[in-house]
Amino acid sequence: MNTTVLTILAAAAATYATRAGGYLVLARMRRIPPRLQAALEAVPAAVLTAIVAPALVDGGWPELGALGVAALLSLRTGMTTMFIGGAVTLILLRTIAGAL
Amino acid sequence: MVSDFRVGIRASVPVLVSALPFGLLFGALAADNGLTTAEAVLFSALVFAGASQMVGIELFGSHALPWLIVASVFAVNFRHVLYSAVLTPTFRQWSAWQRAVGFHLLTDPQFALAAKHGEAGKPVGFAWYLGMGAAIFVTWVSEAWIGAEFGKLIENPRALGIDFLLPIYFTGLVMSFRQRARWLPTVLVSGAAAVAAYLTVGSPWHVSAGAAAGIALAVLLPPPASTPLLQAEAAH
Repeated sequence: MNTTVLTILAAAAATYATRAGGYLVLARMRRIPPRLQAALEAVPAAVLTAIVAPALVDGGWPELGALGVAALLSLRTGMTTMFIGGAVTLILLRTIAGAL
Repeated sequence: MVSDFRVGIRASVPVLVSALPFGLLFGALAADNGLTTAEAVLFSALVFAGASQMVGIELFGSHALPWLIVASVFAVNFRHVLYSAVLTPTFRQWSAWQRAVGFHLLTDPQFALAAKHGEAGKPVGFAWYLGMGAAIFVTWVSEAWIGAEFGKLIENPRALGIDFLLPIYFTGLVMSFRQRARWLPTVLVSGAAAVAAYLTVGSPWHVSAGAAAGIALAVLLPPPASTPLLQAEAAH
């Protein structure tokens, strides 16, 4: 087995543990401490922001423009509209940047 | 039993439609980042959690160390702990093997609809849950396969903007959490820490540095009033 497959298997085991873990562990606690809850609530936004950060550094103005439009769209619309709007903006701005 | 299974499948239709582009995109990006079709399908079938799969693909593409990929997938998927805890009254009614299957099918939409279906703490039947979960699972895994096969055919990913679709997708996900307490400070601090780490130590350390900074801030800020777990999640 290669490293990619092993990595996928480990990621799958870790994910399954999160899905079983709430039932097996967290449900036995009547209350979760407020600071633990604050940490748990912050996890997805913190991780995803960190992952997207290099795009802010490396992106040119077409890329940053597309991210801005996507962020604005997500205030008003669902995931799919946001995504298509961001992608279309990116293609448009890159075409304009290429023509300049 | 059979009719509950059918009702579950029918309830999954809006989910299937809205997840479709992302299922295909995952396959195409997996191929673009060097995974084989079999690996993409394996990833979708075994991890079965869209956002974390996209994170995994992004990190595979930047040749991150395996432990960092696993840790990032785990971090993005950690929210399932809450879902699984909230659905405890349901899981308790099932047999051990039904629980084992049910855990694997516990995705964001599955949780949202199961929580709604079993309103007032009523347990959800396994047939309904399986109908919905199996429909989502089969289509999601097929989309990875189709997306990967088509992804190989795309000659110039940049012209179609494919190289930058993941940041757009992740931005949308970050925005989707904006109702949560302390969202803005968390995002600003993790973003600043990630940029700083990216410019100094370099990739892939920006992921752990940014995530750690954001989570640490959320812990250090004054805590909210303690709420019982089940109420807190039901309010979402």
